[in-house]
Amino acid sequence: MSTFQNPLLEAKGITKYFGTITALENVDLKVHAGECLGVVGDNGAGKSTLMKVLSGLYKPSSGSLYFQGKEEILESPKDSQNLGLEMVYQDLALAGNLPIGENIFLGREPTKNIGFLKFLDFNKIKELTNAHLGKLKINVKSADQKVEELSGGQRQAVAIARSTAFNAKVVIMDEPTAALAIKEVGKVLDLINSLKKTGVGVIVISHRMDDIFSVCDRVMALFQGTNFAESELSNTSRDEVIGWIMGKK
Amino acid sequence: MEEKDNKKVSLYLKLMPYIEKYGILLLLVLMILVMHILQPDVFLSWRNVTNVFKQISWQSMLALGVFMVIVTAGIDLSVGSIMMLSLMVLAIVAKAGAPWFIVVITPLIAGFLCGLFNGAGITLLRMPHPFIMTLGTLYIFRGTGNLISGGTPISGFTDEVRYLGHGRIDLTWLGLEKSQYLPVSLVLIAVVYVIFWFFLNHSRTGKWIYAIGGNPSAARASGINVNKILIIVYSLCGFLSGIGALILAGRTDSGYPNAGLQSELDAIAACIIGGASFFGGRGTVLGVFAGVMIMGILRNGLNLMDVSSFWQQVLIGSIIVIAVYIDVLRRDLGTRK
Repeated sequence: MSTFQNPLLEAKGITKYFGTITALENVDLKVHAGECLGVVGDNGAGKSTLMKVLSGLYKPSSGSLYFQGKEEILESPKDSQNLGLEMVYQDLALAGNLPIGENIFLGREPTKNIGFLKFLDFNKIKELTNAHLGKLKINVKSADQKVEELSGGQRQAVAIARSTAFNAKVVIMDEPTAALAIKEVGKVLDLINSLKKTGVGVIVISHRMDDIFSVCDRVMALFQGTNFAESELSNTSRDEVIGWIMGKK
Repeated sequence: MEEKDNKKVSLYLKLMPYIEKYGILLLLVLMILVMHILQPDVFLSWRNVTNVFKQISWQSMLALGVFMVIVTAGIDLSVGSIMMLSLMVLAIVAKAGAPWFIVVITPLIAGFLCGLFNGAGITLLRMPHPFIMTLGTLYIFRGTGNLISGGTPISGFTDEVRYLGHGRIDLTWLGLEKSQYLPVSLVLIAVVYVIFWFFLNHSRTGKWIYAIGGNPSAARASGINVNKILIIVYSLCGFLSGIGALILAGRTDSGYPNAGLQSELDAIAACIIGGASFFGGRGTVLGVFAGVMIMGILRNGLNLMDVSSFWQQVLIGSIIVIAVYIDVLRRDLGTRK
C-alpha cells in the first residue's frame, strides 16, 4: 500500500496556542487517497485539537494546510465541507430529536422552490438517504426514525453516513468505536474499510490498538503536542505503538 | 405474562408518535366537552366562543414567539415587556398624529428591535443563559416604556389602528345574524400560526432551529451559523410580541403601563402545556395553539361558573405540573438510555 503519490491532505507545521497553553507545536500530517492514517496519543496529546484544526473549527496559530496540493485557509466547518473534508465527532454531532435523513443532510438540506419561497424537499431527503444507506450497507428500520431511538452503533453508522453523503474525499473520525458494544465495533470497522476502497482518505483517532491494526495503513503518534513517531503499520507492532503513546521509543 | 407486557409496550411505542402529536388536542376536546356539559347554554354560544378567541389573541402571539425560543433550548422572559414597550411606542406615535399605516407598523418594528437586542446580547455578549439577558431586558423594556410615556395611559386610537384587535368580519351574507361576526383577531391568529408552522417545519432555517435545540454542537459542526439563527429566533419572538401589542391596542384602545404584566409566564405556561420541552428541540406549533386554548378555555369556563380567580391560578399551575409529568413518563418509555 506504499504506492501513494501526492498526499490528498497535508498539514505542515501546525501550531495552536490557547492563551499561554501550547496545544500543538509544529505538527505535520498527511493522508493519501484510499489510505487510512491512525493517529494515537495520550489524553491531552493534542489529537482532538489537531482534528478540529483540520475541520476548520479552530484556526491554527501558525502552519498551513494543503488540500490536493493547494494551500487552503479554513475559516469555518463550512469551508472544510466544501473541500470534501468531513469530520465524525466523538460525541457524534447528531441531533437526536431529528430523523436519520434530516441528520445526514443537516445544514445541506435539498430544497425545492415554490414560487419565490424555498421549501425542504422531504421526498428527496428520504430518497437520497435510502440510496446512501444502501450503498454503505447500513440497515435501519426507516430513514424517518429519530436518531435518539437508535443504538450506539447505529448512531455511529449514521454519523459516518452523514460524513460521506457529499462526495467526501477525506473523512476524519474521532474515536469511532469508543462508545460501542463489542459486536457493533466490527460493523463500524468494516464500514471504514469499505470507505477506503472507494478512494476516500481516512484519518482515525483511536485509543484502541485493535481498531488501528485492523483498518489503518500508517500510524502516527502525538506526544505533548508534537510529532513523536510515525510508521507504516507493517513495520511496527502493538507494543511499539503503545510505547509511543507513553512517550517511549 | 412477560410477552404480554412486551406486546403492550410495543403497542404503546407504535401509538406514541400519534399521542405525542395529537394527545394535547384530545385534552383540549375533552375540556371543551366538559365545559359544554357544565355550561350547555353559554359555553359554546357564538358570543362566548368569539370572546375566548379575542381574549387569547395577543397571548397566542407571545406564546408562539416564546415557543420558538424554547425550541432552541432558550427562554425569553421579556415578551410581556416588549409588548408593553411596543404598545407605548404605538400610542406615542399615534398621539403625535402619524398616519395610521405608520402607526400600525411601529409596534412591529419596535418589537423586532427589542428581540434583536435580546438576540445580540445573548450571542455577542456571550451571556451564560438567555434567562439572564431576558430577565435584564424584562426590566429594561418596561422601564423604557414607562420613561417614554411618563408612566400614564395614552388612550384613543383610530379605527384603522384598532382593526386587527377590534375589527369584525360581517357574516350576514351567510345568512347569520348581525351578532354572529368573525373577529379579525381570530383570522390573524390563524394566518400567523399557519405561516409559522410552515416556517418551522418546511424551511431550512426552521429545521435548523430544531437542530440547535436537539444538539447545538451538532448544528455548529454541520456548518450552521448558530448565533445567526438564535438572533433570528429572538428577533422573530420580539416581532410577534409587537403584533401582540397591535392587537392589544385594538382591544383596549389604550397604551397602559401594566400591559402584559406577567404575560411572559402565561406564554411559557402555554408552551409547556402544549408539549414543548425545556431541553429544546421538541414541540409543535399545533401544541402551542392547544396550550393557549386550554389556558383560555380554563379561564373562560371558570369565569362562567363564577369560580374565584385564585382557583384559576391553582388549576393552571396544576395543569403545568401534570403536563410535564406526562412528558417525563413519555420520555422514559420513548428513548433509549
